[in-house]
Amino acid sequence: MKKDLLGIADLSGEEIYRILDTADAMREIGERPIKKVPTLRGKTIVNLFYEPSTRTRTSFEIAEKRLSADTLNIAVASSSVQKGETLADTAMNLEAMAPDMIVLRHACSGACHLLARICRSRIINAGDGMHEHPTQALLDAFTIRQHKQRLAGLKIAIVGDLLHSRVLRSNVLLLTKLGAEVCVCGPPTLVPPGIERLGVRVSIAVDEAVAGADVIMMLRIQQERMRGAFVPSLREYFHVFGMTAERVKRAKPDVIIMHPGPMNRGVEIASDVADGPYSVILEQVANGVAVRMAVLYLLAGGVEEGSHAEAAA
Amino acid sequence: MPKRLLKGGRVVDPVNGRDGVFDVLIEDGRIARVGRDLAADGALVVEIPAGCVVCPGLIDMHVHLREPGQEHKETVATGTAAAVAGGFTAVACMPNTSPVNDNAGVTGYILQKAAEAHLARVYPIGAVSRGQMGEQLADIAELKQAGCVAVTDDGRPVATALLMRRVLEYAGMFGMPVIEHCEEQTLKGDGVAHEGFHASTLGLRGIPGEAESIMALRDISLARLTGGAVHIAHMSARQTLEAVRDGKARGARVTCEVTPHHFVLTDEMLGAPVPYDTNVKMNPPLREAADRDAMRQGLADGSIDAIATDHAPHHYDEKHVEFDHAPFGITGLETAVSLSFDRLVHPGVITLARLVELLSVNPARILRVPGGSLADHTPADITILAPDRAVTVSARTMRSKARNTPFDGWKLRGAVAATIVGGRTVYVNPEMANLRI
Repeated sequence: MKKDLLGIADLSGEEIYRILDTADAMREIGERPIKKVPTLRGKTIVNLFYEPSTRTRTSFEIAEKRLSADTLNIAVASSSVQKGETLADTAMNLEAMAPDMIVLRHACSGACHLLARICRSRIINAGDGMHEHPTQALLDAFTIRQHKQRLAGLKIAIVGDLLHSRVLRSNVLLLTKLGAEVCVCGPPTLVPPGIERLGVRVSIAVDEAVAGADVIMMLRIQQERMRGAFVPSLREYFHVFGMTAERVKRAKPDVIIMHPGPMNRGVEIASDVADGPYSVILEQVANGVAVRMAVLYLLAGGVEEGSHAEAAA
Repeated sequence: MPKRLLKGGRVVDPVNGRDGVFDVLIEDGRIARVGRDLAADGALVVEIPAGCVVCPGLIDMHVHLREPGQEHKETVATGTAAAVAGGFTAVACMPNTSPVNDNAGVTGYILQKAAEAHLARVYPIGAVSRGQMGEQLADIAELKQAGCVAVTDDGRPVATALLMRRVLEYAGMFGMPVIEHCEEQTLKGDGVAHEGFHASTLGLRGIPGEAESIMALRDISLARLTGGAVHIAHMSARQTLEAVRDGKARGARVTCEVTPHHFVLTDEMLGAPVPYDTNVKMNPPLREAADRDAMRQGLADGSIDAIATDHAPHHYDEKHVEFDHAPFGITGLETAVSLSFDRLVHPGVITLARLVELLSVNPARILRVPGGSLADHTPADITILAPDRAVTVSARTMRSKARNTPFDGWKLRGAVAATIVGGRTVYVNPEMANLRI
């Protein structure tokens, strides 16, 4: 793998499968009574979060701890960002303390590219603006593969706020790379211009988008989108695009319903769907740890450290 | 100053219908005569190297010199040093300084600094509105008297249709054009890049071309209503070019300029070679290939009147941040000539004479300033070009205080050999050691 994981755009299909296969091995560690292996002992990992995050940060931290890395968390509120330090300066200061990896979450697209240009440490993108969220797409793919045993040829509908979603971009890149048939669906106000050039079908009719789908992936719609006149109201949004049990019936009988969280119940997804039999939303969360362990392990140069690989497996 | 005779250069002077080998006699800072085989008659003879072109001094009608107030980015002295190194004998500087150039005091200060630097001529452009706040008109007669040649609220558009109407009427009284930064601000929103495939995949908020063309349509309509002259600054979108063509065809007094980066680059640069390079963040943004090609077409067919750089120096620290947080703009003074030769003249998009019109004749005409011609008895503002000279752009060695250019390391064909302002040689290309001018 490359030095950094900045986005799915940088990964080949082969590398994606290697991560998913490694995650298979990592999942077993989480099922042991003592959920810890010495693989990343002596490695220092900084979780640098400029945006609030519960799921992703916790997931990375658990993954790091299960691999015995020394981890520290820097959250925006308690950092010197408040004192006007630039991202570049923060990066250079962290770099001076020689961490092995930096996991970055940032509100600006491309922030991790800036960090990667400055730092020798390996950078993992934990979500940058509206750009990418590669570990989310990897854990989504892992979850889909668990249920469907494959990715190629699957019909996948992604519904919601496409424009502002980094999860959308990473998933589109990953799923098209692995040969899935992807349809993205949302109001025209929330469709990124030119997105069809990534090899997806764009639909503005949710009933049509989910028809015959193997997988339905929901994206969150944020309250503040009404201010930019993207949608009139959350009530109307649910009426036109919300995932209801009625709509799910149009998909394949063994469809799975996914959501990267955090969910807005009754806005993009009805509670009975979120909590219903097709939902794999909590499995996604569980798989996030295994996938992030795999990414950390491979970026740390896992292949060369054969003995550790065996220890992990 | 002794008399000098520039001998043996190819003189390209479209206004006087000259394109061929002529001699140029300079005396007392003015052009005494242009003719074939002039006798030295006591003048110092300067042999112009074979292949070099002698043309009226280039005029960049759109630069930001940043002084007063932002001297960490650029000063009048460093900006005019960059100008003469780029072949420009004159520049027109935008009023969005701090404080804004909306009164004679600031205009006078800029002219004082220009006189001290004693390099390129500086033509200040005044603000349309007090503080560029888009409410009350600035004291435009006072600005004119102090030396301003046009008015603009550049950095943003003239705020309302009513204010635009008024300034077209009022500034027209003094023969001053209104230079407009066309941008429908609600449509631009908090966009940072051209709206399209590249911005979409990189997760950057987009600005559609229509944000520019809608405002241009407003302004052209108002130019027709009032009979005033509007000049569309740094045009980037093909829709805007259509609006300008249509306006011209209907008799509106509208002119326009395009920057080298908008006829050379596209939004593909957002992702490669350096993803999220803040040196490709400018306003208006780099647009798609169809727009870039339309700009070249407009330059060729005469719909576009001028090439201007929108030289926008920024400090390294200001650009060394997240793409969203970086200021808009790149430098342009020291790359414009090479880019124009390499991308327009050498590939045959435009002729050399047309290039001189775009960079000298038309800016002088639009701003109603001297220059654009090598007529007898006019000030000897002359640029000597080396069209075939290979250039490697080097941000590090530029005269500008700033380094924010996306062209660093580019290999181009076409250079500036020397720049003469008022008969005084203010720049000689250091790589042309045998040149004695």
